[in-house]
Amino acid sequence: MWSFIHKHASPKHFYLLAERLIPWLGWSTLILLVVGLYQGLIVAPTDYQQGESYRIIYVHVPAAWMSMFIYMVMATSGAIGLVWKIKMADAVASSSAPIGAAFTLLALVTGSLWGKPMWGTWWVWDARLTSELILLFLYLGFIALESAIEDRRTAANACAVLALVGVVNIPIIHYSVEWWNTLHQGATVTRFDKPAMATSMLIPLLIMALGFKLYYLYAMLLRVRVKILESEKDTTWMKELITGAKK
Amino acid sequence: MKNASLSNAFFTMLKRDLTLALRTRSEIANPLLFFIIVVSLFPLAVSPEESLLRTMAPGIIWVAALLATMLSLDSIFRSDFEDGSLEQMLLSPQPIALLVLGKIMAHWLVSGLPLILIAPILGISLFLPGEAMFALLATLALGTPVLSLVGSIGVALTVGLRRGGVLLSLLVLPLYIPVLIFASNAIATAAAGISIKGQLYFLAALFALAVTLAPMATAAALRISLR
Amino acid sequence: MSEFFHMGGYAFYVWASYGLALVLMLWNVIVPIQRKKQQLTRIKRKLRHEQGNNPAA
Repeated sequence: MWSFIHKHASPKHFYLLAERLIPWLGWSTLILLVVGLYQGLIVAPTDYQQGESYRIIYVHVPAAWMSMFIYMVMATSGAIGLVWKIKMADAVASSSAPIGAAFTLLALVTGSLWGKPMWGTWWVWDARLTSELILLFLYLGFIALESAIEDRRTAANACAVLALVGVVNIPIIHYSVEWWNTLHQGATVTRFDKPAMATSMLIPLLIMALGFKLYYLYAMLLRVRVKILESEKDTTWMKELITGAKK
Repeated sequence: MKNASLSNAFFTMLKRDLTLALRTRSEIANPLLFFIIVVSLFPLAVSPEESLLRTMAPGIIWVAALLATMLSLDSIFRSDFEDGSLEQMLLSPQPIALLVLGKIMAHWLVSGLPLILIAPILGISLFLPGEAMFALLATLALGTPVLSLVGSIGVALTVGLRRGGVLLSLLVLPLYIPVLIFASNAIATAAAGISIKGQLYFLAALFALAVTLAPMATAAALRISLR
Repeated sequence: MSEFFHMGGYAFYVWASYGLALVLMLWNVIVPIQRKKQQLTRIKRKLRHEQGNNPAA
C-alpha cells in the first residue's frame, strides 16, 4: 500500500497516470452531463408548485455540494502535503482552489437566479446562501494567499494551514449563520426543501452530481498536469518524455 | 522545574512585549482612536435618530471593534520579524506555541482591553440601554481575545510578505463572523431584556477552542513563513 | 421546441443558470489546456536551444 502511494505520488508517475486518466475522465464527464441534462431538462416532469424554474436545481445543488466537497479535498490534501511533504498533494490542493471557487460562485449565482422568481428578490440573507458566500470568501483568501507568496513550497504549506483553519471554522460558521438566520427570518420566505423528491426528479440530480464530481477530477488533473510541467521542466524524465513524444 | 521554566518563558515573553508596546504608546492609542472614530462616523452617515442608533449600536460597536483589532494585528509579529528576533524565538528550546500565546496575550492587553474600557462610553453615545451594558462588556471580554487569537494565525501566514495588510483582512475577517454574530446578537437580546446565557456560553466555547488551537496553528504558520 | 426554450416563462433564470455553469466549466478546462500547450512549446524551445549549443548532448 505505502509503496503504491509513494510510487504514484512521485511527479513522474502522477504525470503519466494523469495523462492516462484525463481522456477517460473527460469523456465520461461529457456523457454523464449530457445524459443528466437530457434527463433534467426534458424527461423530468414540471414541478406543480415552481413550474419549470425548479430545473435550476440540477446545476445549483450539485454546484453547492461540490463547493463543500472540494474545500474538504483541498484541506485534506493540503494537510497530507504539510505532514508527509508529498509534492503532489500540494499540487492537488492548489489546483482544486480555483475549481472550488468557481463552483461556489455558480451555486451563489444560480441560487440568486432561482430566488428571484421564487422569493421575488435577487438576494435573501438565507442561511445557506450566506454560508456559501462566506465559503467563497474563504476560497478567495486561499487563492490570494497562494498568489502572494513567491516560493511555491512555502505558498503550498501556508495555504494548507489556512485551509485547515477554515475547515475547523466551517462548521462553526455554518452553525452560527443557521442560528442567526432562524432569529431573523420571517415566515414569509418559502423554503425549497420538501420532505421527499419525486424519483423522476431525483435521478437527474444524482446523475448531474456524479457528472460534476468527475468533471472536478478531470479539471483538477488538467491543472495538476500543468503544475508538474512547470515544476519538473528541468528533470531528465521530463526532457526524455518531451523529446520522445516529438519523434 | 520544567513547569516553572515553561511559565517563565510565557511571562517573560508577555512582559517583554508589554514593555515594548508601552514604550511606543501609539500602539495603544491608534487602534483605540480608530475604534472611536469609526463608531462616531455612523450617526453622521446614517442618522442621529435615537431609535435607529439604538437598534444598530451592537452591530456598529462590534464591527468597529473587529476592524480596530484587525488593524492592530500586524504589530504582533511585524517588528520582531523585521529585527530578526522572531527567528531567534523560533530557535529557542521553549515550545513556540507558548511563546506565541504570550505575544497574543500582550497584544490583547494592549489593543483589546482598551476597547472594552472605552466601549460603555460609546454605548451611551449610541443610546444603548443600561441593561445591555453588561452584555456589551461581557461579549467584548470574551470576544476580543478570540479576535486576537484567530488573527494571529493570519498575521503569522502573511508576516513575510511586503503587502500583507489587505490580504490579512481577506484571510481573517471571514473567520471573525461567528464572533460577530453571537456577540452583537447577545447585546441586542440583552437590550430587549432577555437572558443571554446561550450566547455567552457559545462565545466562551469559541474562546476555549481558539486558545487551545490558535497558538499551535500560529506556531506552525510562523515556521512556514520564516523558512 | 420553442416551448422548451421558453421554460414556462422562466427562460431567463433557467438559461442564465445553465449558461453560467457552461461558461465556468469550460473556462476551467480551456485555461489549463492552453497553459499546458504554452508550457510544452516553451520547454521544447529551450531543449532545442540547448541541443543547438551543444551538439554532443
